[in-house]
Amino acid sequence: MRHLPYSLLIGGALSSIFLAAALISFLWVPHDVTDLVIANRLQPAGGEFLLGTDQFGRDLLSMLMVGARTSIAVALVAVGIGIGLGVPLGLAAAANRGSLLDEVIMRGNDLIFAFPSLVIAILITAVFGPSAVNAILAIGIFNIPVFARVARGGALSLWTLDYILAARTAGKGKVRISAEHILPNIANLLIVQATIQFSLGILAEAALSYVGLGAQPPTPSWGRMLAEAQTMIYTHPMLAILPGVTIVLMVLGLNLMGDGLRDVLDPRLRRART
Amino acid sequence: MIEIDRLSLAIHDTPILRDVSLQIQEGEIFGLVGESGSGKSMTALALMQLLPHGAEAEGSARLDGTDLLTKTEAEMCALRGNDLGMIFQEPMTALNPVQTIGDQVSETLMIHGAGTKPEAQAIARDRLNRVGLSHIGMESYPHELSGGQRQRVCIAAAIALHPRLLIADEPTTALDVTTQAQILDLLKGLVAEENMSLLLITHDLAVVADMADRIAVMQTGEIVEQGASQTVLREQRHPYTQALFEASSHQPDREDHAEKEPLLQVQNVIRTYPGRREGLFQRGDPVRAVDGVSFELHSGESLGLVGESGCGKSTLTRAILGLDPIQGGEIKAFGQPVGPDMPNALRSGIQVVFQDPYGSFNPRWRVEHLVAEPFHLMPTPPMGDERRDRVAEALKAVQLSPDDMQKFPHEFSGGQRQRIAIARALITHPDIIVLDEAVSALDVSVRARILDLLADLQTRMKLSYLFISHDLTVVHAITDRVLVMQAGKIVETGDTETVFTAPQHPYTQTLLAAAPKLEVA
Repeated sequence: MRHLPYSLLIGGALSSIFLAAALISFLWVPHDVTDLVIANRLQPAGGEFLLGTDQFGRDLLSMLMVGARTSIAVALVAVGIGIGLGVPLGLAAAANRGSLLDEVIMRGNDLIFAFPSLVIAILITAVFGPSAVNAILAIGIFNIPVFARVARGGALSLWTLDYILAARTAGKGKVRISAEHILPNIANLLIVQATIQFSLGILAEAALSYVGLGAQPPTPSWGRMLAEAQTMIYTHPMLAILPGVTIVLMVLGLNLMGDGLRDVLDPRLRRART
Repeated sequence: MIEIDRLSLAIHDTPILRDVSLQIQEGEIFGLVGESGSGKSMTALALMQLLPHGAEAEGSARLDGTDLLTKTEAEMCALRGNDLGMIFQEPMTALNPVQTIGDQVSETLMIHGAGTKPEAQAIARDRLNRVGLSHIGMESYPHELSGGQRQRVCIAAAIALHPRLLIADEPTTALDVTTQAQILDLLKGLVAEENMSLLLITHDLAVVADMADRIAVMQTGEIVEQGASQTVLREQRHPYTQALFEASSHQPDREDHAEKEPLLQVQNVIRTYPGRREGLFQRGDPVRAVDGVSFELHSGESLGLVGESGCGKSTLTRAILGLDPIQGGEIKAFGQPVGPDMPNALRSGIQVVFQDPYGSFNPRWRVEHLVAEPFHLMPTPPMGDERRDRVAEALKAVQLSPDDMQKFPHEFSGGQRQRIAIARALITHPDIIVLDEAVSALDVSVRARILDLLADLQTRMKLSYLFISHDLTVVHAITDRVLVMQAGKIVETGDTETVFTAPQHPYTQTLLAAAPKLEVA
């Protein structure tokens, strides 16, 4: 029996810890994160507050748990936008290779790629006001060309294969062939890309929240926890270290998982590993 | 000079070779013949010590008395390229696409310290001239050369240091017949001139019959027969040699069912491709891949279309299947026009079998789903049990078991996959089947069985075949009439027997002369 790559196991474990924390936070958190009790401010770790409290007396563990919810939700929807719009565009471009449609789609992608993504995200949130929804939109738009390119690249090599010709002689149209033959065979590429975009989405959300353009108070978010801890980084370093380490571990976990998934899903690497 | 003695090889405990013994003399051409998986390439890789990971070899392989199997990697590096040269089947991937051919040939020379860069370049130029590339510059890149020219570059690199033994692993399998004849000629000349030995590995008995002094026949990791080529081919002492010999020139039993009623009419068809891009908005002149082709396929007939790669036969196939639009002329099937917009009912009358048994199926679908795919053409596709029954019927027609329905394509061998492809073509009960190099990728014995199956199906189901191939032997065996295509045009048409015995057009004559013949003196 072949064992799974360690990167997948470790990455999967890390990611599921944070996912579990986010899910649990819907049902139960140790302390209410909107409860500001100044008497409890800056408690050390241990005791009633497992990881201590911040300058407003909020429980850090609870904030990290609810923050995970925000981060994951933003990244998930952003990746969803990328896949939902990018993949059909990429498939359409590949199915009509060399046509005007292909050119329009791919040059449109280049146009989006030409802008630095965070700057545009800041622009969007600055124009439409800072909120989690706008952060999602800003991050999601930049996922579209990524998935469009991956889908088109994978699909182009498939379109030359004989089974696609066979499907065409069976009278199937481009849409049907793309859905039945192409999409399942590029799914592995898309899954791997999705984990990478997911981790980038988490980073982007943290960055936007850090500059105050992401989720707004009182909704906790990892990026804003970092920003709020900034002034006290010398007196109470744990306030910054905890969300920082959380972001690092989450992103690391997702990247490891992406690596591991690629090893498992790519038949060429699979053969090399056994 | 080379002496392999009871060589056995296992990869991850799976036995690959068993007690292989052979000797190659100085200046001799030794042919190693066998079908895929017989272990002929592994024998060569064992000689070169280029075995895959997990391979364990026993026995000995001696070059002038010293055992190669006990040598360290560093010692082998000194030998490879120096005393042992090797060329491979696929000249497209054997060369580095981003290095000039001059650099690739002189690389071997410099690694083995044959001189400074200018000296190595000079020798490389000389070697390239020797393999017949004097008109090609040292600064050319592989993509600027044809397949045959690339194989010549590989040969130049392999013989750069005058090796004692050149190993050629299926050197001409990927090439056209006329190119194949030239490359084989070149190899023969080099052996005589350089007093080098040649280990020629091939699946094609006809190639070794023309070339080799001695032959060894391999089957499932063992040498079943070896000796002087004429003796081996004449006496055929081992049943496997007989089987291989029979399969190579196999002639399926066919009856002539051809009627005069034309099913498919191709008239003056022209298919052009847009020219190469020459600027942002400019394109060069369009390329005519098919240039005024006309022919008719009669009911119950088997029509061959022969030509070398790039002659436009695949383009023509796609036009006949109604996949690509044509720019001139007319294609009619059953009296109705064929094209990308043809109705499904018409499409279901023309089905196709492709060459590559590995690329013809979506790897994620089960056989039932794959074979049933053309049902999409029917107004009311059969569902559930009815669909299963129809698929089972088609699988039985190609002599597969209906139980195979739930398997995935990777669970089948190349020959079985080709049977599945035929089953898929049969499922809508078409009248015309286009066979695009349908048996070219198969071993000779498998090919013979598929040809028998095709002949049998034709009789039972009153099918008409358009048989497209570069392989003259196969076309000779299965067709009634033949078309010879060159550079987009049909240059000769006629009854297969007539064309093969008395070719009229010079191109047909060249093709037939170039094809290796399996004749026993």
